[in-house]
Formats: sequence, structure tokens, C-alpha cells
Amino acid sequence: MKLTPVITEFWDDPSLYTLDGYRSHGGYQALAKALKDTPDNIIATVKDSGLRGRGGAGFPTGLKWSFVPQNDGKPHYLVVNADESEPGACKDIPIMMANPHALVEGVIITSFAIRANHAFIYIRGEVPEAIRKVAYAVKQAREAGLIGTNILGSGFDLEVTVHAGAGAYICGEETALLDSLEGYRGQPRLKPPFPAVAGLYASPTVINNVETIANIPYIVDRGVDWFRQFGTEKSPGFKVFAVSGHVKRPGIYEAPLGITMRELLDYAGGMRDGSEVKFWIPGGSSVPMLTPEHLDLPLTYEAMAEAGTMLGTGTPMVFDQTVSVVKAVTRWLEFYKHESCGKCTPCREGTYWITGVLEKFEHGHGTETEMDTLTTLCGQIAGRSFCALGDAAATPYPGAMKYFSDEFKAATHTSADEQFDPVKSYVFSGARV
Amino acid sequence: MTIEISRGITEATRNEMRELAARYPNPRSALLPMLHVVQSAQDEVTTEGIAACAEILEITQAEVTAVATFYTMYKFSPVGKHHIGVCINTMCGLLGGDAVYEKVAERLGATHNGPSADGNFWLERIECQAACTHAPVMTVDWEFMDDVTPESAVGVIDALAAGEEVWSTRGPKIRDFQATEHTLGMASDELATEGNSVDAKMLAGLMVAKGSNNS
Repeated sequence: MKLTPVITEFWDDPSLYTLDGYRSHGGYQALAKALKDTPDNIIATVKDSGLRGRGGAGFPTGLKWSFVPQNDGKPHYLVVNADESEPGACKDIPIMMANPHALVEGVIITSFAIRANHAFIYIRGEVPEAIRKVAYAVKQAREAGLIGTNILGSGFDLEVTVHAGAGAYICGEETALLDSLEGYRGQPRLKPPFPAVAGLYASPTVINNVETIANIPYIVDRGVDWFRQFGTEKSPGFKVFAVSGHVKRPGIYEAPLGITMRELLDYAGGMRDGSEVKFWIPGGSSVPMLTPEHLDLPLTYEAMAEAGTMLGTGTPMVFDQTVSVVKAVTRWLEFYKHESCGKCTPCREGTYWITGVLEKFEHGHGTETEMDTLTTLCGQIAGRSFCALGDAAATPYPGAMKYFSDEFKAATHTSADEQFDPVKSYVFSGARV
Repeated sequence: MTIEISRGITEATRNEMRELAARYPNPRSALLPMLHVVQSAQDEVTTEGIAACAEILEITQAEVTAVATFYTMYKFSPVGKHHIGVCINTMCGLLGGDAVYEKVAERLGATHNGPSADGNFWLERIECQAACTHAPVMTVDWEFMDDVTPESAVGVIDALAAGEEVWSTRGPKIRDFQATEHTLGMASDELATEGNSVDAKMLAGLMVAKGSNNS
């Protein structure tokens, strides 16, 4: 399957991040078109396109928008979730750095569709370069009359506020993000009510991922049929895949949904010399790992679910035979333990205990009984935590046990570093594969 | 070399905080940005800074403190001139970030989330920086230093310590921690046009597509 650069098509134009650069490639045509249409028609178009949220869950975007009650007299808000922090996910930050106007144009069109007059772009605080590029795009759009009052003479008013977070993965959870944006500790809220009904400042709010919103101008400009020529019935469109790990050319590869990992690997130059795929993860550490036998599966929401995992953020991490699965999983759990917000007991205590037991395995001191203990612990968190962070934390270990239980058994007497010399996994010179 | 660091919450700082509060339908939404501004003025979050946030937002100092202590980017002792982050999450750490961290820690005489021996740097083992394609990743004042090795990372520290000009691999010339905190607080600066934030790895797929895209 061929690569299909759409969002990434003009990234080699160094002026793309400016208004003039973006406009020279047809930018803001979609906005002009949208503002001549009705909000309901825009929602219908996005619904018909079948676009699914690119933040990980894959919820249909147009459907999400349609949950916002209309003519309810309350202010509506659009909040862009630009808190990309999931281990492995590295596609929203590049989109914001290379093509910020696609996001801004998408924000204006989406706000018009859901009848919001104030949009917020919540960007994680650790990436000043993404913040300054998006802020610059917003500033230029405002100066050109694309943000503000009576945009392009349509009577539509919009304010856009760029907002920096302060270091908390949990703020990628949409209700925690709302609490954070309201100036509180970023802890998730009970649902229902869902944000579409009571979100930011208890008003109807749509929260969408950066890549989702960046799709909108292209869909509005080029139409549903064009969009649906890519991908599958249940996973229409294209995806900004970010391939990382032991491949020759890690980087951004935009392709139709349904491309296989083997094809992506091929585009990425294959594995580094002398190396083969040991395990890979289609979309962030929160989805279960796969093995070489899954390389020919289409990367779609449905095929990944069938294989017992998820497409997630669509940012495959590929590890070769030098990597210890025990060490990789332990490191991910250390992350979840660090990032657990502490609100609910299963996640707060569970991530602490799983990590402690896994660290014993990493050092070669696990026991076979503790392999069962870990299974039990994960089972007690999954489905019982307040939000998806707990579920995510309960994912890597069972996922790894499905294919690599031998390595955990070996870790009852031999440490991860003795099983796998860590230096062999390094990607700089001095590393010996 | 001793580096001078300014520490006051001036009227200008308070004005910036008021400007932030006015950006939102509910002023309290400005609290996170305001705390970044506090760090830009004071190199840390001080009780004076907490009091200023509380006063402007008309909430208690306890409420501000509760928020400030939740987020890892806020520090409660002076960071020094530069914040150094080394990603040790699975991808970066296993691809060499662990070795990078070890060398950098040794060079700085620092431990995780603490100051260097001379107080000029702050070292932190950071979680995923959303740049796995560029592993192993380091940050200087949160600007990207992609694809580092233990040697190149120590080289960056040496150059910073000598006051030499250092550029982010995808971003502007390195300033200092307080300057970055100002960028974060105000959510803008004048540097968008300065650095090139697109590199070969971000263009990898595009280049393939423009070349022989026929599989």
C-alpha cells in the first residue's frame, strides 16, 4: 500500500508553519467553504466521513460532535487535547511543529460546527517548540481576521487560547484535562455527565485530539468520497504513523489505515543491520504488544482489536531481539506508577505494587508464585479504576505474558541485564548487535 | 562560573499574571500558566509566588499549593540556569538513554530531580517527551536535543557551562530555564521564526513518497 502524505504533504516547505506558506498550499480554503455552509452540515460531513478519534480510543468524531446539545443557551467550548505523553506516541507534537495551521484551521471549523465561540488548545508544558509554533499560527490567523469577530464576514466569532500544561500524563485523560484547564489538580471526573453535556465550566464541550482536528480541513475541503477512498469501511482515512525503535529510518510515515506493519517497516528501511523484530506495539504503551506473526495484519481499529490489542495512537514502537521484555514492561509500569494521579485506590496502590514486583523480576529475584500475583494484581485494576490510566497500567504485563512468559520465568533466577546485555539495544556507536 | 539569577516577583510579573487571568472565562484557569510565570521570575515556585497567585485569583494559598505540588514541572528549590532532562522511558532508556543519563549525572554531580554540584543545572529523569522517533532524547530547558549519545550529551553540558551558543536540534537557540518558563506561562514568545522544527525524521515518509513510492 502506498504512503499518502496529506497532513504531512508539504512538510518539506520550510515556510509551511507561516500563514503565507500554509495558504500557498491551499490552506484556509476549507474554512471559507465551511463558513458558507451550516454547522449541521459540517457535522453531517464529518459523521459521513467516518473519521475516528486519533487520540487512541477511535471514537467516531462526528458522533461526538452531535452529542453537544444545540440551542441550549449555554456557551459551548472546543478543547484540543495536545497533551501527547503516552510512551511511544510522537505524532501530535510533530504535527504542531510542522503544520500548526492545519490544527488552527481545524479548530476554527470545528468550533463553528459545534457552535463554540471559545476554543482552547491544551499543549503539554514540556514542549515549548510546539507551543510557540501553534501560538504563532494563532497570532497570524488572528491578524488575518481568521480568528476574532465576524470571521470572513460570516458573523461567526471565535477566540482561541493556547494553554501550557505543567507535566502530568493524566491530563491527557479528557476530564482530567478539563480540571487542569480550570486550574485544579488534573484528576479525572466521574462520567456521566459526559463533557458534551457538562464539560469545561460545566458547559457543553468537545475534546478532540490534535491529529483528529488536523484532519478536518482536508475532509471539508476535499469531501467524504475523497476521504473514504483511503482506509476501510470501519477505519476510513489516513493516519500519521510514527515509527520508532530498532528500524533503519525511524520517523513519520503517513499512510492509509489498513497498511500493514510489514509495509511500514519496509518504508522505514527495515530493521537495523543484523536485527529482527522481537515485539512491537501498534499504538502506545497502553495497548498490548504483538510479535512478528502479526506483521501482516492491517493497521485498522478493527483488525488490531481482533488481534487482542488496539490501534491506539498509531505510533508503532518496534523492538529487536536485544531487548528484554521484562525490562521494557517494568519501565512502562514505573511510568504508570509515576503518573497515577492518586485519586482512586486500585490505580494508586496497584501501580505501586505491580511495579515493586516487576522490579524484583528485572533484578532476577522474582518467583513463579509472583507471576500469578502480577496476573491477579492486573486483574484487580483492569475495569476497576476510575479512569483508563489504571486499565492501561494493567495491560503491559498480561500482554507480555501472552508471548514471553519464558522470560519472566528466567527472571526468577537471572536478571534482565544478564539475559540481555543492555548495551546491545543502544542505537549509537559502541553498541554491538 | 557563577550565574546570576533574578528572584523577585515584580509589578511587571504581577501584571503578566493579571493578563493571564483575563484570558479565561474563569480566571482560575490561568493558575498553571501563572505558576510558570512565577518560575520565570523566581527560578522556582516560592511562597511569595504562591501568595501572588492566590491574591490575584482570590483563592487561598493552600489551594494554589495543592495545585503546584501536583505537577512535576514546578520545582520548590532553585533550578539554576538550565534544566536538563534525559528521557528514561522504555524507548529512549533502552535505546541508550540509560547510558546518557548515567554520564550526564556524573558530569553534573547531580541525582534525579536535583541540582548539580555547582547549582547551575538541574537534572531530571524525564518520562516520554513525545519524540520516540528521535530516541534517545535529552532536553535543555525543555527544548529538544534529539538523538543524543553519552558523549554528545556531555558535550552539550560542557558548552552550556562554558557559556557557548547551543541550539536545539528542533527549535531555537537555548536561552535558560527561566526564559522557557516565561514562554510556557505566556504561551508565546518571539522565537517561532528562529529555529527549524522540522528535521529529516519528520520528513522520512514524505521523502519515500516523493521518491519511489510504488509498493
